[in-house]
Amino acid sequence: MIDQNKCEACPVHNAGNLKRLGINMDKFDFVVALAGNPNTGKSTVFNNLTGLKQHTGNWPGKTVTRAEGGFEFNKNRYKLIDLPGTYSLLSTSTDEEIARDFILFGQPDVTVVVVDATRLERNLNLVLQVLEITDRAIVCLNLMDEAGRRNIEIDERALTRDLGIPVVPTEARQDVGIPELLKTVDDVVTGKLICKPYRITGSSKGLTKAVENLAEKIKNEFPGLPNARWVALRLLDGDQKIIDAVRSGEISGIVKRNAIEENFATV
Amino acid sequence: MTTNQINEREKLIASANTLRWEIGENIHDSIIESIYTDAAKIANKVVRIKEQKKKYSFDQTIDRIVTSKWLGFPIMFLLLAVVFWVTIEGANVPSGLIANLLVDTLHPLLKDFIASVGIPYWINGVLIDGAYLAMAWVISVMLPPMAIFFPLFTLLEDFGYLPRVAFNMDNLYRKVGAHGKQALTMTMGFGCNAAGIIATRIIDSPRERIIAIITNNFSLCNGRWPTQILIATIFIGGAVPAYLAGLVSAAAVVSIALLGIIFSLLVSWGLSKTVLKGEASAFSLELPPYRPPRILRTLYTSIIDRTIFVLWRAVVFAIPAGIVIWLVANVTIGGTNIAEHFIDWTDPFALFVGLNGVILLAYIIAIPANEIVVPTVLMLTVLVAGIAGVGSGSGVMFELDSIGDTSAILHAGGWTVLTGVNLMLFSLLHNPCSTTIYTIYKETKSIKWTVISTILPIIMGFAVCFFVAQLWRLIAS
Repeated sequence: MIDQNKCEACPVHNAGNLKRLGINMDKFDFVVALAGNPNTGKSTVFNNLTGLKQHTGNWPGKTVTRAEGGFEFNKNRYKLIDLPGTYSLLSTSTDEEIARDFILFGQPDVTVVVVDATRLERNLNLVLQVLEITDRAIVCLNLMDEAGRRNIEIDERALTRDLGIPVVPTEARQDVGIPELLKTVDDVVTGKLICKPYRITGSSKGLTKAVENLAEKIKNEFPGLPNARWVALRLLDGDQKIIDAVRSGEISGIVKRNAIEENFATV
Repeated sequence: MTTNQINEREKLIASANTLRWEIGENIHDSIIESIYTDAAKIANKVVRIKEQKKKYSFDQTIDRIVTSKWLGFPIMFLLLAVVFWVTIEGANVPSGLIANLLVDTLHPLLKDFIASVGIPYWINGVLIDGAYLAMAWVISVMLPPMAIFFPLFTLLEDFGYLPRVAFNMDNLYRKVGAHGKQALTMTMGFGCNAAGIIATRIIDSPRERIIAIITNNFSLCNGRWPTQILIATIFIGGAVPAYLAGLVSAAAVVSIALLGIIFSLLVSWGLSKTVLKGEASAFSLELPPYRPPRILRTLYTSIIDRTIFVLWRAVVFAIPAGIVIWLVANVTIGGTNIAEHFIDWTDPFALFVGLNGVILLAYIIAIPANEIVVPTVLMLTVLVAGIAGVGSGSGVMFELDSIGDTSAILHAGGWTVLTGVNLMLFSLLHNPCSTTIYTIYKETKSIKWTVISTILPIIMGFAVCFFVAQLWRLIAS
């Protein structure tokens, strides 16, 4: 039996550091996006952090637009975006586009992918796609209580190692794991934790070569682009939205923001 | 942007196109394949499943029953019927109490107070007999059934039952050429059509999405449940022995809801065979695990998010509507007020299809919000039938402490069981409320589809009412 009192005293677990700001999102320092498959508890995590009472339902596809809220942790103010739940970021339905466009163009400082621990394999499909777009991501391994009830065990450390990003087990409905999640968000946005995300290895040699070839050209045209490989994949797949973004130069919006941050880092 | 840059970008896109042809295989499929392979590889490494416990198979046992071929639909109807029965049985007494307070006690007090301050009678009429009474009315008619219905419905949702409803239905939608996910948006429409229409964003094909948008109106929404429940209680429940009244009325409301589902299937079929031709696309529907509902949390969100939200909307729309009602009942042209002009003018047609002019006028006044149809109908009925001793003069929404009084007034206004049945049908089949119409426009960005979604149900409503009236009269004579 763990002594709960000792946990409460530990700085990692200090829930007092969390200040729920509801819809007050002025002067935020960081942007956090919540992504995940439908019905994994994204809205529950959202309500937990912001103190808002968004209607949650045991119901896939409940959130079709994005909701926003704010919270403060360790003296940093965060804006939290609850994205619509999607199975992938590839297809063309409106909800998937909202989610993808935000991760791509909205450039959140960290993307928390809420994952259903009882259906890890299918949820990982989305995680891997998110990792193609952004470096800074955290897996929130939610519904651990349900996984426990079904005798499913997950080796979180192995998962962290394989994905190259932090994995935080939670039971959001019972508020379990939320302090740890906040601490991890803090570590990633402040650069204490560096993510080295897993990248998809193509099974087809022709495709792999083509991606490398094209990514090289994209990097030349848009120096500093963090996800040239992913842009290359989308161009090869004939994704009209991305083709347009390359043509108009909109895709380099990503570059600008990253460049600014690097400048700050060097100062 | 320099021309050079533009050229470079075009070259980039062109080389992507060339590479795509060089690879030759289906890139989209092989990308998806790599994602799936890698996800499976990682998951296999980190997930360990010990032998399955009985608890898990418990979920599957429930699913086998509630989504079974034979029991799925009967269980669905039974659950809905129980929810309505509890609502109908439970709402009457609190409704009477609230009406007693707001209408019988507060209304005369307010009226006397305003009169004693020396404010002209017509301002008193517009504000107190129009706006205040409309608001008081909406609260006493709607709050109790909503405060019972929404928490019950939300508990079913939280438990995980609604996706099972969709699972039972998706095959039917696919068979009529629509998207299986329409079963989900249809179910959401039972709460609010505007929300159901926004939810159609989960459907990727534009063709199937428009079908889902047009037919969402056939899901009875929050604003229409109270009308259905009240009219069923008076006319259907009143036609059977008292001990059966609650059950039979609940069954009548469930039948109207079912009829709505049948119409949504029929219209989807009609659309997908004519103006919106095409094949149904494949999709996968996930059945979430059953979760013990968190009762307090559910009560809180269903009261705040739904009950108060819907009530507030109804009150906001009822106040101006109350003013309009008072005005049409008190502004006269050639000795007769506007309301009576309209009712006399439309009555021949309306009676022919088994409705009446009062109902048509009420539906015009209630375009902003379906919630205020019943109060408007009652007020206009009193006005036209000239019922003595109710209210205090024309254009006043009178006190009404029990369903018995409502029933007496409607009967005095010449209502029959046929009028009641047809009002329930017309409440199902008429134009969406203004919020929903606006949402349809925002989502489709098309005036054509907005107009079709608005007009189609009205035409169907008149057709169905006409058909029922003819059949009714044939059998009755």
